[in-house]
Amino acid sequence: MQSDATKPTNEASGRPVVTRGVDRFFLALADVASFIGRFFREALLPPYEFKEIVRQCYEVGFRSLLLISTTGFITGIVFTNQSRPSLADFGATSWLPSLIAIAIVRALGPLVTALIAAGKVGSSIGAELGSMNVTEQIDAMEVSGTDPFKFLVVSRVIATSITIPLLTMYTIFVALIGAYINVSQNEQTSFTSYIQEVFGAITYLDIFASILKSIVFGFTIGMVGCYKGYHSSKGTEGVGKAANSSVVTAMFLVFIEELLSLQIVGAIRGS
Amino acid sequence: MADEKTETVISIKGLKKSFGSLHVLRGVDLEVKRGENVAVLGRSGTGKSVLIKIMVGLLKPDAGRVIILGEDVETLQGKELDEFRQKVGFSFQSSALYDSMSIRENLEFPLVRNVRNLSRDDINKAVEKALADVGLSQTINQMPSELSGGQRKRIGIARTLILKPEIMLYDEPTAGLDPITSIEINNLINDVRERLGATSIIITHDLTCAKTTGDRVAMLLDGKFERVGTFDEVFADPDERIQQFYNYKFVN
Repeated sequence: MQSDATKPTNEASGRPVVTRGVDRFFLALADVASFIGRFFREALLPPYEFKEIVRQCYEVGFRSLLLISTTGFITGIVFTNQSRPSLADFGATSWLPSLIAIAIVRALGPLVTALIAAGKVGSSIGAELGSMNVTEQIDAMEVSGTDPFKFLVVSRVIATSITIPLLTMYTIFVALIGAYINVSQNEQTSFTSYIQEVFGAITYLDIFASILKSIVFGFTIGMVGCYKGYHSSKGTEGVGKAANSSVVTAMFLVFIEELLSLQIVGAIRGS
Repeated sequence: MADEKTETVISIKGLKKSFGSLHVLRGVDLEVKRGENVAVLGRSGTGKSVLIKIMVGLLKPDAGRVIILGEDVETLQGKELDEFRQKVGFSFQSSALYDSMSIRENLEFPLVRNVRNLSRDDINKAVEKALADVGLSQTINQMPSELSGGQRKRIGIARTLILKPEIMLYDEPTAGLDPITSIEINNLINDVRERLGATSIIITHDLTCAKTTGDRVAMLLDGKFERVGTFDEVFADPDERIQQFYNYKFVN
């Protein structure tokens, strides 16, 4: 065990480095909590930035469509192709549509969309707000009588919370189309029977949980991007760090939330 | 009622501000009369920008008071602060134009968000006039990234002037500009005073800018205004730090 005399200390404060680290962690946590609290306060109080929210929804949603379409389509094809051999071993390839539907609706659709959005939208928000911070645009907005938090943060977080669930539904649709093309070519399944199998396998709980989860993912991606950008350190290096950190943190949190939702939905399904 | 010309519109008393162990402002005092231009001179990192950021409520002071147009800035919040900021224009060192908006949208932004019931025609006229005043009408549909440094500065000033502020705060208006463009900016600052009758504080370390735009010069040394007076009065002071500042351009 290390004696007090040999513990690393901060010369200025005379406090152990570990204690300072713990302090910093809790201060950062309090800062994040205060940022989230401020979001809800400002989101609920007028004036509302409807025009900016719509503009951000367009930025987040429409501009991600091509990437989401490609990724969703390929995910559907690849997942179907990779699942076939395992089912073929048991002569159960007829179960492919239901297996694919469950996997895509419950997990792959929301997760793939969230990861793509974290990379594209999260980094873009982090870099944009970081750059605005560095070039004093946020200060300029404030001195011109506009609340920059409401205009920049609230609008973006609401936009990601609305748009990412919609993108998720779209990804699911595109992935199921991709899967159908693969299934129809290999198993000669008709479109009607494919659709019947898909909708026979999924439940309202699956769809509801998927939408709810995507709202949480969208909120997380928007909030992380805005927090990192809004608090970026001055200088171009700070902008790069804000963008990078937005992606890494948002992806990490999305996986944690996926794990939590798995437990919660599993418990609901079991009860 | 005080004579309008002698009315004090900016009063700073005992202003202190530190960042950690760095004491930037150590008791700043200054009074500015209506219609007066005061140039604040000082070396980089002496707290000149901090001073004007405190004046618009972007930073909170550790001690002291800033009274502008009869309002104690530190006590203002929410709507009151927004209304106060409409009367105090702030021109940023980096121009701070919104990159994602065109020049037209940049100029419209403060107008549409602060002045209610404006028709599209009124907004267009105000934007066109503000651009004409800074001699950049042709840039109306351009993006900020397409402009030169001097043009960006002038558009930044135009965006501030569109709300017709009573007080203008300029943060390093000529920093990073060539001498000819600097002279144009100096002329624009003087022109703003003549046209709007605005009271101005010009933060600079450019002696030409201070001499051409300032009725008085306030020299910020060691966190305090050590000398305040006309340009010639301040630089007649034998204080080594002031003379060093004055002789800098010749030495280099």
